[in-house]
Amino acid sequence: MSEQQLFKVTIDNITINVAPGTSILHAARSIGGDVAPPAMCFYSKLQGSGGKCRTCLVEVSKGSEKDPRPMPKLVASCRTTVMDGMEVKNITSSKVKEARAGVVEFLLINHPLDCPICDQAGECHLQDLGYEHGKAGTRYEFQRRTFHKHDIGPYIQLHMTRCILCYRCIYTADQLTNKREHGVLSRGDHSEIATYIEKALDNDFIGNVIDVCPVGALTDKTFRFKNRVWFTKPVDAHRDCPTCAGKVQLWMRGDEVFRVTARKDEWGEVKDTADGKTGWICNECRFEKKNVNDWVIEGPSVISRHSVIAQGHYLGLKKPEETIVKVMDGQKPRFFMDIHDVSEVNRPNIDLSLIEGPATSDTFNGKQKD
Amino acid sequence: MQALTNRVKDVDRRPMTFGEKIYLPAVLKGMSITFSHMFRKKPTINFPEQTRQFSPVFRGLHVLNRDEEGRERCTACGLCAVACPAEAITMEAAERKVGEENLYREEKYAARYEINMLRCIFCGLCEEACPKDAIYLSETFTPSNYNRKGLIYDKEDLLIPNPLTEKADLAKAKGL
Repeated sequence: MSEQQLFKVTIDNITINVAPGTSILHAARSIGGDVAPPAMCFYSKLQGSGGKCRTCLVEVSKGSEKDPRPMPKLVASCRTTVMDGMEVKNITSSKVKEARAGVVEFLLINHPLDCPICDQAGECHLQDLGYEHGKAGTRYEFQRRTFHKHDIGPYIQLHMTRCILCYRCIYTADQLTNKREHGVLSRGDHSEIATYIEKALDNDFIGNVIDVCPVGALTDKTFRFKNRVWFTKPVDAHRDCPTCAGKVQLWMRGDEVFRVTARKDEWGEVKDTADGKTGWICNECRFEKKNVNDWVIEGPSVISRHSVIAQGHYLGLKKPEETIVKVMDGQKPRFFMDIHDVSEVNRPNIDLSLIEGPATSDTFNGKQKD
Repeated sequence: MQALTNRVKDVDRRPMTFGEKIYLPAVLKGMSITFSHMFRKKPTINFPEQTRQFSPVFRGLHVLNRDEEGRERCTACGLCAVACPAEAITMEAAERKVGEENLYREEKYAARYEINMLRCIFCGLCEEACPKDAIYLSETFTPSNYNRKGLIYDKEDLLIPNPLTEKADLAKAKGL
């Protein structure tokens, strides 16, 4: 098979040629933009993922050139491969929009509305999905499910109530680490992600479950409640790491490194490094290196300007020249007040980025947490 | 030359008459206008002893709200700070410890919360953004101050009195 026959697919009236065996989702992503269906459970870097959340449902209005009948039901685009001459409707189909709103409603049935507390807010895929495809109100009038709190170690915070059971973290633990310690327990409504005995997951790459989680169920404990993501500035950085590629994104405020994550592509998935491997990062890079001197900073990350994270990032900013010193014969201007003398926020003796867990009242009452 | 508006008045450049030259009638005329104003209704009031009624949409000094049990409602979500066009609001969050449930409503709370009243433009966007009903713009002015330091309001300045323990203060603040 030297010359592969390419399949012609039309998605939302845009025609492209893709290799056989490509899923509809991948074909749509190669077009890009709004045509690509959202995906909560599918993760292209994890084998076997997808098919669970049903947010990527699309309508196939023409099966193929040979069999032009439409598919009777909406299909999950992440698990359906393309056929030659297939015609797919995503955002042009009202059926898809309606179905997706229903899926969002289902996903939000048990998802708590604690976005003001959740550290994932601002980069949460479920939040984006809800805004774009969901309905404003909820019709659910029962108690949301609750769980016993599991402590899964000093680095990762598990909020089981927020979990949408996408299984991405399970695949990550399965495929990146050689010893799988956490999985899904129980069935149906009771299923939950947990470690069997409440033991710490101590694998070098287990921190990647944080990046993979589409919601705030798995978050970085070393970043917990430290800052909101949209107040931190993402910069690309790297270091010489013996275990991983060491190409990361630092989330900084001033000179403080608040959080380290892997670099993400436009679909919110971990980017490939230059040699084509997925840029998973190790726990040491993610949790231990919170000093700016540990890293070689490459420059600010490119953030979509529609993202809340882009707020306050003035691209191409040109600072006006300071003229006072010139006009006043080298005399510096005298300020009436330096805000740092007065403000209690961001005191130099409290380095929030360096304390291990979330700050508590001890941190602010002078007693540094050890 | 064509005038730009219809309010143009030509200056009278004729030499003054004798009556105008002695000035006295003009002085008396001016004094009588001043004197007549003494008997008119005063447009000013003696603030702060007297106050005017505010319009229902008046936006004044911020307050941080508590719930009925006296717990702070703010969870430091940062939406007020991101909504603030003047970048006047800053905060630092902390996790609620065991035993602090009577102080803070949610798992996370604002350990530090500051509004720089020098920057604030009282637009009320923070109030609109707040998902927790925690910040409100009250119907009082921000008191003036002799130095800038006093206009950086921290959480203690902004929080309303506790409805359980400081009932009298709360009633006073409400103007009851």
